[in-house]
Amino acid sequence: MGQYVVRRLLQMVPVFIGATLLIFLMVHVMGDPIAGLCGDRQCDPATATRLRQEFGLDMPVWQQYLTYMGNVFTGDFGTAFNGQEVTELMSTAFPVTLRLTIVAILFEIVVGVTLGVLTGLRRGRPVDTGVLLLTLVVISVPTFVTGLLLQLLLGVEWGWIRPSVSPAAPFGELLLPGLVLATVSLAYVTRLTRTSIAENRRSDYVRTAVAKGLPRHRVVTRHLLRNSLIPVVTFLGADIGFLMGGAIVTERIFNIHGVGFQLYQGILRQNTQTVVGFVTVLVLVFLLCNLVVDLLYAVLDPRIRYA
Amino acid sequence: MRGATHAGRAVCAVVVALAATACGGGGDSAGAGGAVFSSSWTDPQNPLEPANTNEVQGGKVLSMIFRGLKQYDPKTGAAEDMLAEKIETPDSRTYTITLKDGWTFSNGEKVTARSFVDAWNYGASLKNNQKNAYFFSYIEGYDQVHPEQGEQRADTLSGLKVVDDRTFTVRLSQKFSGFPDTLGYNAFVPLPRAFYDDHAGWLAKPVGNGPYTVESYTKGSEMRLTKWDTYPGPDAAQNGGVTLKVYTDNNTAYTDLMAGNLDLVDDVPAQQLKNVRGDLGDRYLSTPAGIIQTLAFPHYDREWNTAGSVKVRKGLSRAIDREQITDTIFDKTRTPATDWTSPVLGKDGGYKAGLCGEWCRYDAAAAKKLIKEGGGLPGGQVKITYNADTGSHKLWVDAVCNSINNALDNDRACVGNPIGTFADFRSKSTTQKLSGPFRAGWQMDYPLTQNFLQPLYYTNASSNDGKFSSKEFDRLVDEANAETDPAKAVRMFQKAEEVVRDNMASIPLWYQNGSAGWSQRLSNVALNPFSVPVYHEIKVG
Repeated sequence: MGQYVVRRLLQMVPVFIGATLLIFLMVHVMGDPIAGLCGDRQCDPATATRLRQEFGLDMPVWQQYLTYMGNVFTGDFGTAFNGQEVTELMSTAFPVTLRLTIVAILFEIVVGVTLGVLTGLRRGRPVDTGVLLLTLVVISVPTFVTGLLLQLLLGVEWGWIRPSVSPAAPFGELLLPGLVLATVSLAYVTRLTRTSIAENRRSDYVRTAVAKGLPRHRVVTRHLLRNSLIPVVTFLGADIGFLMGGAIVTERIFNIHGVGFQLYQGILRQNTQTVVGFVTVLVLVFLLCNLVVDLLYAVLDPRIRYA
Repeated sequence: MRGATHAGRAVCAVVVALAATACGGGGDSAGAGGAVFSSSWTDPQNPLEPANTNEVQGGKVLSMIFRGLKQYDPKTGAAEDMLAEKIETPDSRTYTITLKDGWTFSNGEKVTARSFVDAWNYGASLKNNQKNAYFFSYIEGYDQVHPEQGEQRADTLSGLKVVDDRTFTVRLSQKFSGFPDTLGYNAFVPLPRAFYDDHAGWLAKPVGNGPYTVESYTKGSEMRLTKWDTYPGPDAAQNGGVTLKVYTDNNTAYTDLMAGNLDLVDDVPAQQLKNVRGDLGDRYLSTPAGIIQTLAFPHYDREWNTAGSVKVRKGLSRAIDREQITDTIFDKTRTPATDWTSPVLGKDGGYKAGLCGEWCRYDAAAAKKLIKEGGGLPGGQVKITYNADTGSHKLWVDAVCNSINNALDNDRACVGNPIGTFADFRSKSTTQKLSGPFRAGWQMDYPLTQNFLQPLYYTNASSNDGKFSSKEFDRLVDEANAETDPAKAVRMFQKAEEVVRDNMASIPLWYQNGSAGWSQRLSNVALNPFSVPVYHEIKVG
């Protein structure tokens, strides 16, 4: 087990270097960021030269990358063009996005798995067909449509909620954005759970458990659900990464100042430091989530062991 | 279950970590004090130093917390004395500036001649990386403080001299009669000692001498400004304060206005223009701002610098149906341009409607003829380059191309050439990498004809990206700058503008309006010529 974790952690190193290098090169290819700083006029050459020096843009790319990585390992993620440290941006953006992700993941787990179990146990009944149809609708409607529609209905027409989230972004205000962010994944979780449950229902160990005379809720939760959750957990693990980095649309609609906002602005302003910094952290989140998911397999299914 | 327990512990650790970070972020408190209102904002691109702020969002804040020597009248755009008691010059080159008595910064420090001179020296100095440094380039000694190459050779401008507490002199490197009128620009405001002594602290909570003071500033989220009760100036705030809220998407700001969570939106999204009258009724405003959109040309490119290319450019100009495009795409929030300046300058200020004449009127037959006479389009096709990330430029570039294609009966005469980001677009256009016409927007820095002409068309000027060059234009501008009589100067500038017209150095498209929408709580909302709301005059309740 310990060896396995160490091996996995070591595997992360090349993935981490490769991913950051790719992002670094991609941002670099977009061209000279200094030109965009002076609006519709040309930066005067002397100031532009000094700014390039200050941000290290006058060095060759490989050297820029090495310097950057060197700094990252000492915890220095550089400075954004507006003079703020990238670590400062991260410390405000990540907690907000994390809260949003938690809300979304909770929705996925609670609503998605419950609906999945419900439909899986009642295959072919009206509940099953109804939920299936609903998930189909949810999957086919893009997030920004659901987001804008709910925002308009609940926020403006009925006035139940504030259409935008305040800068502090407490959990209460993130309920709707979290739901919107979760909808598509929620539908997938429902479908995955349903299929898995329906399949395992006919397996030998379930029949044994029923034959032993165990109460129904115990059969479902301890035996059936636990074994059926493996594909769902895999999906959720990967989804955490997606939700954290891919919430750009939702964050824009509800004016949430999280990771998506910073990334979007960083890309528009071609701010290498911001973009690479945030993506680096996101890459780490992805890798760790994957590791945790793999470890969770062993919890859910004792037959899986890591040596 | 050996593995299982370990894994379980790992999960716990992650959960704890999640919970811990989730605790970050403070609570939200509603603004206290009845007459405070909220307004939409965008994160300023640069640090909030006066000489480093060159876009509207940062300028908004500066216009609330600072007052300079001159202040532009919100309605007429005329530069009127604010801190200046008098600005005198015998020769349009040496200016003696006397300050009014009684002005202080909100931290109690007196505003003296030194507050100005130090601030200007700071702004001009190369080592401070100020993006508006060129504003000080008229002052003598600028080439020492801010050389184009190499290290700076002096720390202060030799043209600035403090005479006494309330007087200082400015000597320019050339005659420039419009100089006093430029002094209303944000780059010229005075700065308190705290700006230099505790720079980081000042940036976190700027201190100025304007009608508002910064109560709190959370970068990237919001800024709370409150009325400065003992503000010594004549234009004290009519409300208790303003909360600027950062919005990533102006559509969300508009939705928030509709839901009653926001009081003022100063950038109504293009998609909402059709509904805005129905949504807000007379709580919507659209007035001309000092912004003109043009198509610039690569005069450095041989194909666009031939004897016939003037006719081709004129032909293209006549092939663009400006009326139709401003009506259908912009819902009349832009006005077809008939000169190269802006209506906000007013007739006396140098705006001359119809200066472009027939060359800006749509006429398909004439367009065809002109382009044929000029030797046809270079390469058989024009590519209009624009940045696709902001400002719905794609919409109008496609419309302009359609108009040209229809006029010339050629489906391939014009195509749009989008570039992903603004930064990349600017980097390509400022390094002369474009081979066809490109989008050029110009927002004035101060309401003078000079500002619409010299930076854009003077040989090697700072924003002359197309490298247009005309000896006659340069001569006329030099003469106009040296002219002490404003009315005469304006006439000279208009002559220079005629040179731009005769060469069709760029094709004027339309003047842009500023827009604002507000909630029922507010009244007396107006936009100044820089399309920034006149915050201090807004009344609440």
